[in-house]
Amino acid sequence: MDSQAPDPRPVLEGPDIARVLTRIAHEIVERAKGADDVVLLGIPTRGVFLAQRLAAKLEEITDRKIPVGSLDITMYRDDLRMQPPRALARTEIPGDGVDGRLVVLVDDVLFSGRTIRAALDALNDIGRPRAVQLAVLVDRGHRELPIRADYVGKNLPTSLRETVKVQLAEEDGRDTVLLGAKRTAPGAQQ
Amino acid sequence: MQRHLISAADLTRDDAIQILDTAEEMARVADRPIKKLPTLRGRTVVNLFFEDSTRTRISFEAAEKRLSADVINFSAKGSSVSKGESLKDTAQTLEAMGVDAVVIRHGASGAPYRLANSGWIDAAVINAGDGTHQHPTQALLDAFTMRRRLVGRDAGLGQDLAGKRITIVGDILHGRVARSNVDLLHTLGAEVTLVAPPTLLPVGIESWPCEISYDLDATLPKSDAVMMLRVQRERMNAAFFPTEREYSRRYGLDGDRMARMPEHAIVMHPGPMVRGMEITAEVADSDRCTAIEQVANGVSTRMAVLYLLLGGAVFDAKNAPAATHTRTEEK
Repeated sequence: MDSQAPDPRPVLEGPDIARVLTRIAHEIVERAKGADDVVLLGIPTRGVFLAQRLAAKLEEITDRKIPVGSLDITMYRDDLRMQPPRALARTEIPGDGVDGRLVVLVDDVLFSGRTIRAALDALNDIGRPRAVQLAVLVDRGHRELPIRADYVGKNLPTSLRETVKVQLAEEDGRDTVLLGAKRTAPGAQQ
Repeated sequence: MQRHLISAADLTRDDAIQILDTAEEMARVADRPIKKLPTLRGRTVVNLFFEDSTRTRISFEAAEKRLSADVINFSAKGSSVSKGESLKDTAQTLEAMGVDAVVIRHGASGAPYRLANSGWIDAAVINAGDGTHQHPTQALLDAFTMRRRLVGRDAGLGQDLAGKRITIVGDILHGRVARSNVDLLHTLGAEVTLVAPPTLLPVGIESWPCEISYDLDATLPKSDAVMMLRVQRERMNAAFFPTEREYSRRYGLDGDRMARMPEHAIVMHPGPMVRGMEITAEVADSDRCTAIEQVANGVSTRMAVLYLLLGGAVFDAKNAPAATHTRTEEK
């Protein structure tokens, strides 16, 4: 693929994302038999916004307050030493904690699975949930660890030469999922 | 100056804010049931203390352990240093043991700089106080405490201390704390006033980026934070002031003086406090005094520094890739 890659094309637009989240919310209620003890934890940055949106949908369906928080995984990454130090994001655990609850981790893209591995480690230091499930907006495949999602917004078969970029109104000003080609720096080996 | 923290003056505004923001997240670890992060697993940090300092050492040790680093404590007393070993040989010994970072406290100004720039050792060097020169992590934890109290915990994220009026009172001459604070607070946009008897001000202080005053009472009503420094009795052999009582009357902070400070203003003290000398018990025990908070903040701040240095952070804007915010699944 040359460096004159075509512009990224949207594979999910705003209304699609809203529909997908509504479906996932219903699936959570169905699988968790009413979602009594569900706690949503988003993985920063965009997972947090998705978790908040999911919580709003769940509250509409169940008419109950759904605890939602964020779980920063930076300090648990396995590639910390391969890059300059990363800025930390906020870990915000809802007041009642996660002990004995059903924690649903929420992230935007599921790829290698390494982020989720780090999230499971981070969660381990915070408490002991009854069970942990995973909800992602996009599953693009290419897992490097034995990890799978319980709720998937869209399965997106990709090649390793493609990039998947999720944009959300809270952070980027609009809702979209973009599929593009990886830009290869001249001379760099990818 | 890339991988070391030698002087508060080496930090840019962005560096300092990055450290303070990171410290804010580190502080939250202290509220968890398991106060430990795996981040520095397999990294070895030596606390190399040529001068006694229990407070600073245990603060660093707590920070290192909370980040899962392997900690080796080395104090000069009873070690090869007391048998006449040079700094160079000590450094090379540590290098041979495969140390990743050295936290050094030394009685001679410039010892950490020498260690970092001599080529004796590859490890990151963190200055934990050298002579009358610098004590950068103390300045950072003080700035962190000020930002939390004067700007706000969450409101402070990404912010500096622009326009805050900070008064530092006491022994400026021997105080590396004062010097480091002036450097860092100036970088962060605060207005610093030093208050001390003329005998306790160093030569060349006119060139420091701060105001000087000999009158504590005139300065107090215009202060957002008043930092009281200990008068180091062990260094007071040269008759810098007539009597301790006179010093205490003119430069000590008591309840009456505290009442003249603005409502929101805080009293800070790096410890150890000498009650009855620079601060009365009434002030030390009031909830406006942040001395205990500063201890807790010290651990968070040192965790932030260790994380940013041993994660490979470069405290220098020129040849450094900036720390990234991106956390993408793409590689």
